[in-house]
Amino acid sequence: MLAKELLVGSIQTMKIAVCIKQVPDSWAEKKMDSDGLLDRAAADAVLNDLDEYAVEEALKLVEANSPTGEAGEGSGHTITLICMGPERATEAVRKALSMGADDAIVITDPALIGSDALATSLVLAKAIQDGGFDLVMCGTESTDARMSVIPAMLAERLGFAQLTFAGSVALDGASILISRQTEFGVEKMIAPIPAVVSVVEKINEPRYPSFKGIMAAKKKTISIQTLNDLGISAQSSWSVVNDSAVRAPRGAGIKIVDEGEGGKELVEFLRERKLV
Amino acid sequence: MSSVLILVDHVGGVVPKAIGELATFGKRIGSVTAVICSSKSQELIPQLAPFAIDKIIVCNGIEFEKFSIGAAAQALQAVVEKESPKAVLISSSARGKEIGGRLAVRCNSGLITDAIDLSADVIATQSVFGGSTTVHSSVSHGVPIITLRSNSVDVVAASQVPAIESLDVTFDGVDKAVVTSVEAAVKGGRPDLAEASIVVSGGRGTDGNFAPVEEFADLVGAAVGASRAATDAGWYPHTHQVGQTGRTVSPQLYVACGISGAIQHRAGMQTSKTIVAINKDPEAPIFDVADFGVVGDLFAVLPQASGALKQG
Ligand SMILES: Cc1cc2nc3c(=O)[nH]c(=O)nc-3n(C[C@H](O)[C@H](O)[C@H](O)COP(=O)(O)OP(=O)(O)OC[C@H]3O[C@@H](n4cnc5c(N)ncnc54)[C@H](O)[C@@H]3O)c2cc1C
Ligand SMILES: Nc1ncnc2c1ncn2[C@@H]1O[C@H](COP(=O)(O)O)[C@@H](O)[C@H]1O
Repeated sequence: MLAKELLVGSIQTMKIAVCIKQVPDSWAEKKMDSDGLLDRAAADAVLNDLDEYAVEEALKLVEANSPTGEAGEGSGHTITLICMGPERATEAVRKALSMGADDAIVITDPALIGSDALATSLVLAKAIQDGGFDLVMCGTESTDARMSVIPAMLAERLGFAQLTFAGSVALDGASILISRQTEFGVEKMIAPIPAVVSVVEKINEPRYPSFKGIMAAKKKTISIQTLNDLGISAQSSWSVVNDSAVRAPRGAGIKIVDEGEGGKELVEFLRERKLV
Repeated sequence: MSSVLILVDHVGGVVPKAIGELATFGKRIGSVTAVICSSKSQELIPQLAPFAIDKIIVCNGIEFEKFSIGAAAQALQAVVEKESPKAVLISSSARGKEIGGRLAVRCNSGLITDAIDLSADVIATQSVFGGSTTVHSSVSHGVPIITLRSNSVDVVAASQVPAIESLDVTFDGVDKAVVTSVEAAVKGGRPDLAEASIVVSGGRGTDGNFAPVEEFADLVGAAVGASRAATDAGWYPHTHQVGQTGRTVSPQLYVACGISGAIQHRAGMQTSKTIVAINKDPEAPIFDVADFGVVGDLFAVLPQASGALKQG
């Protein structure tokens, strides 16, 4: 305790949670099943690529504040992956473990099928609370839900500071500084820990797992938890899909090869359609 | 008649047209109450005059510009508790969605984001999976909180002068993040990407020369967008990036020039009503989503098109 007092304002041990999601491969065709849910069995499952940037940034923060310059044991800090999803989400989790995270919690439960953002944030927030984390890192968007709301909702539920859409992250004592990239410009923000940070993809270049990393990941702990284990009974959704319809695919458009008149033909097309 | 709340957000003191769209959707459901969470209310109120708004509530007591998103959600919750509205409508910007998300948690209410239409009985229409699927959904718990994409409806005009009320709120400090500086993007004379009915975008194929793209854009009153390859190269500001990690646009017309059509780019423009592509590679994937494609050199096609437009 005394040591901690002496180190006022600096972080001795950080417990970082990184929220990662397993999503259908974005190149795969997506469709709805008869219940209006995303048909997940129909597509290959991968780690949400925008979450790799959050894993990378967590690793960088630890490396910059580690006596050995490395993450993992000896760094004094821990990085825990938190993922809510089907059991096979462990495949995506393994990949992030092989990048260098220490361990993982996968929350999986039949009652969570069809969860919306309220349910997802409730469950993730409970796991984060139970784990006593100081810092929560997220991607900015899951490529399937595409809502970009989970980090803000986590901050609200946890009472943590919200630092979202960060284009850079720095630790200064017990404060975090970010620059936030929005559609309107760049904001600089500061907040004390604990905080939820989401990072944009421009922030870093996620590392490829090394052979050593892949081997080490096989021995790392993935704790599988149900709603019962978390001690909550979440309803899965606060909204309902009434119906969904596949739109007629865009008819094969007109394609011309410019043989000297392409620009004029283009304008003709636009005028015909009354677009200009 | 019960009311619908719309959140008046602004960009550097300017109220976007999207707020008029929120009022238009709101009118379908009930009377419209506009909520201002900003210290710039004096600047903002006159700008609301053209829109179909019945009442304005100005939230006082918080330095909104300093505390940002958590504070806005808190103030909005206070208004929800006071007014018991039929729905809360917010525009689907990154900020708008986050305010909606926090408000949903605070009010234990369902949230629907990125709607493109809203019916009188509060059923939202969304276009998902790159526009391939249309979904109708509704909130089953609490006050429906719905964020709407701009450019989704023709704005109806004001029918009356709104009454103005104010509400005192005290910041509860739940979000300790503080904005220390803001560097607004330089705003040119062109329309904003989210609002423009035409967007003309350039990619790596421009090789850094956006002049033909801008000339064509100005002739048709368009906003200028860019692919990530173009913004990363520093040829165009990041705020103009269209795509998964940039802006999402759904204009009447999208013209992609020298853009291959990577899935991340398409994620931000695929719901445009009409798509035109100019690309010298006949195999470029952008042609798969284009209504009209020109296989050719943008440096030949665009100037000729601009010339044809000038001739009228
Ligand atoms: C996590 C992540 C997020 C991303 N987010 C986005 C995003 O939000 N937005 C985005 O745009 N990208 C995004 N990308 C990048 C995306 O994958 C592509 O790399 C990018 O869109 C390519 O840009 P481009 O089409 O301009 O360049 P290229 O793919 O290089 O295509 C250039 C095209 O120009 C054509 N061309 C060349 N010269 C001419 C000429 N003279 N006349 C006509 N045509 C010509 C070529 O045939 C080619 O098809 C993201 C990538 C990742 C990994
Ligand atoms: N099921 C989930 N499990 C873990 N993290 C998630 C989950 N869903 C969303 N997230 C996190 O929240 C971010 C934003 O997602 P979204 O709001 O769904 O677009 C993602 O990049 C993840 O970091």
